[in-house]
Amino acid sequence: MKRILTTTLVIMGVLLGLGGLAGAQRGKMIQVKGSDTMVNLVQILAEEYMGKTPGAAIAVLGGGSGTGITGLINQTCDIANSSREWKPKEIDQAWEKGVSPRFFIAAVDGLSIVVNEKNSLERLTMAQVGALYRGEVKNWKAVGGSEKAVSLYGRQSNSGTYVFMQEFVLGNKNYSTDMKEMNGNAQIIEGILQDEGAVGYVGVGYLYDQSGRIRKGLKIIEISKEPNGTAYLPTDKAAVDSGNYPISRPLFMATNGKPKADVAQFLAWASGPEGQAIVEREGFFVISPVHKAQNDKNLK
Amino acid sequence: MKTRKWANLKESAIRAFFLTCGILAVLVLIGIFATLLATAVPAFKEIRLSEFLLKKNWDPTSPEKAEYGLLSMIVSTLMVTGGALLLAVPIGIGVAAYLSDVAHWRVREIVKPIVEILAAIPSVVVGFLGIVLFGPAIAKIFHTGNGLNALNGSILLAIMSLPTIISISEDSLNAVPPAYNEASLALGASRWQTLFRVKVPAALSGIIAACMLGMGRAIGETMTVLMVTGNARAFPHGFLGSVRTMTANIAIELGEVPYYTTHYYALFAIGVVLFIMTFIVNMAADIILHKYQEREQ
Repeated sequence: MKRILTTTLVIMGVLLGLGGLAGAQRGKMIQVKGSDTMVNLVQILAEEYMGKTPGAAIAVLGGGSGTGITGLINQTCDIANSSREWKPKEIDQAWEKGVSPRFFIAAVDGLSIVVNEKNSLERLTMAQVGALYRGEVKNWKAVGGSEKAVSLYGRQSNSGTYVFMQEFVLGNKNYSTDMKEMNGNAQIIEGILQDEGAVGYVGVGYLYDQSGRIRKGLKIIEISKEPNGTAYLPTDKAAVDSGNYPISRPLFMATNGKPKADVAQFLAWASGPEGQAIVEREGFFVISPVHKAQNDKNLK
Repeated sequence: MKTRKWANLKESAIRAFFLTCGILAVLVLIGIFATLLATAVPAFKEIRLSEFLLKKNWDPTSPEKAEYGLLSMIVSTLMVTGGALLLAVPIGIGVAAYLSDVAHWRVREIVKPIVEILAAIPSVVVGFLGIVLFGPAIAKIFHTGNGLNALNGSILLAIMSLPTIISISEDSLNAVPPAYNEASLALGASRWQTLFRVKVPAALSGIIAACMLGMGRAIGETMTVLMVTGNARAFPHGFLGSVRTMTANIAIELGEVPYYTTHYYALFAIGVVLFIMTFIVNMAADIILHKYQEREQ
């Protein structure tokens, strides 16, 4: 009896193993790694693309822009998502390792500054946002809010958004050491919903809930470039496109040199009308014609 | 004659196999420590040891000045672990004493497996509990606005080290010879006095070992503290402030650090510090046990 049981189990194991091998032969999986800002968007793009294209297999992981960039440099992924540009040091490292990064723009993001809805503040200037995040302003009273301690939420150093904020809003200075470093955009939103003195920065796609409305409990702050200038919302497409909303940025996908056939097909689809319709549906902004022309050129 | 020789051969082969296993275990431990040390040492070409251990700010990717000060994180790890032990040790020994001495055998049959299931809960799930349950509760009770602080981390780590402390303490309480129990009761002591003045001191070596293992679990825990302590770089200002443990820091930064840079080596240096901390804890436990055993004799 024992002999029969053991033999059966061994045969089952072998069959399962072979089945797994057969599955692997079906088609090599495209590995996409990187930005947490882009992870939900790219996951949905991948799912819809796989639905339309039989035989396509795309795996999308997060980990932060830094992780994606390191992944492409170490050739452990095919596409690296990043919500920031590559640093010169990273490009040098890539060349050293024989990787020549080529960039595509998948979407445009208006980096949103959000607070809890109980916060009375409506608008901030770029300078004030910088002061808040450098830790120079510790109470909401100092920027026009009520008497309440500022509770800062941000990302970790592997995040492209973290680096982007540091460069463009903080003027390349250190963040406040009291800033709570959360694991992703979603955790920042959840933190703000519970904390009345909170402020955080997230990609514009994360502001919306399933039904396409702004998440209940969040308030989006209007940002103005100059102290007395007009303040704009990140959800305002015209402001983001024209640059009136001061913290907008393209979201990049990078490949190693000219993308292979299946990767190129996916990228072409994503920057085409179908992919861009999904980008808009998810709350981000479509790429400009200039971006699209650049993408097409890089696909060749 | 032939069977005898064959039997001896088999005997030697089996002994050799067990010897190999034992040596392998020691080799693995030495190998891990050696790899850690070898990868950590290059960091100190650029970072002074005094800066590493005594400065408070850790910011290797700073655009201003890269800083490698570990002190805030060392203190954070100790705070969170200390808080966890403060909660887990009394409760753990209490539950162990309850299970071994006071509980009806039917209660024991139910509670013991439940305690063991508590140990099987994945650390992410415990972290999730911290975010949705303990966080808001702490925020409400202490009026802090959010629950992302060292207290939350301590509570969760206490939950995670409880099963270890309870299981091993209970086993060592049960291992006390019944003669001690009987003698104590015969001399007129109450059950309570027998428990806390005879049984627990007799089982003390096992109980201390249990607490040390629990502490080792707490020091090394990564995912849970990453999710609930807030990960702020500042030097901790009390249990109600956000802290950043060494384990969480390694988890955050190792994924994206470029290989073979000072930052990379520095992360391994943090690993060495953690290793040494656990080593000191175990040594201390050993010394305490030996001193206690000497006194016994």
